[in-house]
Amino acid sequence: MAKKLHISTTINGEPEEFLCAPSDTMLDVLRNELDLTGAKEGCGSGDCGACSITLDGTLVCSCLMLAAEAEGKEITTIEGMAAGETLHPLQQKFLEEAALQCGICTPGMLVAAKALLDQNPDPTETEVRFWLAGNLCRCTGYDKIVRAVMDTAAEMRGAAK
Amino acid sequence: MTDIQYLAPTSLDEAISAYAAADGAGRILAGGTDLLVQMQAGMVEPGLIVDIKNIAELTAIEGSAESGFVIGAAVSGATLEKHPGFGEAWPGVLEGLNLIGSTQIQGRASFGGNLCNGSPAADSVPGLVAAGAVVTVQGPDGRREIAVEDVPAGPGKTNLAPGEIAVSITLPAKSAGQSDAYLRMIPRTEMDIAVVGVGVNLTMDGDTCTAARVGLGAVAPTVLRVDDAAAALVGSTLDDAALEAAAAACRAACNPIDDKRGTIAYRTRVAGVLLKRTTAIAAERAAQA
Repeated sequence: MAKKLHISTTINGEPEEFLCAPSDTMLDVLRNELDLTGAKEGCGSGDCGACSITLDGTLVCSCLMLAAEAEGKEITTIEGMAAGETLHPLQQKFLEEAALQCGICTPGMLVAAKALLDQNPDPTETEVRFWLAGNLCRCTGYDKIVRAVMDTAAEMRGAAK
Repeated sequence: MTDIQYLAPTSLDEAISAYAAADGAGRILAGGTDLLVQMQAGMVEPGLIVDIKNIAELTAIEGSAESGFVIGAAVSGATLEKHPGFGEAWPGVLEGLNLIGSTQIQGRASFGGNLCNGSPAADSVPGLVAAGAVVTVQGPDGRREIAVEDVPAGPGKTNLAPGEIAVSITLPAKSAGQSDAYLRMIPRTEMDIAVVGVGVNLTMDGDTCTAARVGLGAVAPTVLRVDDAAAALVGSTLDDAALEAAAAACRAACNPIDDKRGTIAYRTRVAGVLLKRTTAIAAERAAQA
């Protein structure tokens, strides 16, 4: 077996260290070593977006990133989205508007949608649909998801005024 | 995937010596959107992975429209899209890169990776060929420059020598009245592999085309530079006869495969159609440039 690598990183604002094999993906480490099981493994090939995280603020698939690449970087996962018991407005809106069915795609949808609203607080529906095109929902619930993202954006813009 | 080694050097020299020493068992990791998929599928089992993203030159965007941009081989689509001047200067080159995959893939995918993966359908390559981009590569024997169209050698193969790494992509200085465009045909509306991809780079003086370059993807073992199509456009007013001659040159250059995405006949016909459409967009942009 190859030597394990010692990686120091930041996850959801907290310093974190872990050991990984050179071929381990970030998704492997999040789920199997760090008990952060919010990111899901759907396809394992970057097609479905269920494992979405941000890496230094950029939305990526954690299945297409080696865990070793996390060295010195800042990672956020779905677990960092709520502030304690207070849900992020996107999470709250997904609940209120039932923008989920089985829930497998939901963490990835939320992480991706937050990354969009962080850089574009007033997206058009087309922009939301293009942005989320890499997040697949096998229950075919896209309309409710898109609507929840649009409604959250409107609410957050209202709150910011 | 046993006995694999991961290195993330901060200097290019270190990366090259490790990569060269791995003697063919090494793989370069830029965004990983092809490499990790190939590893997961068991298609490649590298002994060494060299992550090049900690090397400053590989992730830098230097230069300007006037002087010529130099884009690090590992710069991601998301990073280049946010650059204040690049998309205005080279809209076609940027749209080729930005068409690769989803938002998540854009966070990682790069020119260097797309080019060196060697896919005939690589979306970012026809636009680079049309732009006249040059790739700087460096290996154990030093640094050299290669035209983008001379990098691919066939599906999954490149003309890089053992130990050579793509360092950056240099675009020429922009001239007045010049712009570009890239269009591809895919069976779905988004996120698929090109059946045909066409990059066109035009310089217009009033109504007359004074210079042109055409890159054609997904219709041959490598992305092609189609000089006959460019020659048919130069000196014309992009009238119907010139466009049809250029389209015919693109069709003649095709040597495609038959697969589930498109037949030989379909790909060949679409190559001509896309040439016309892409030229129209590039001409409209050139009129504003």
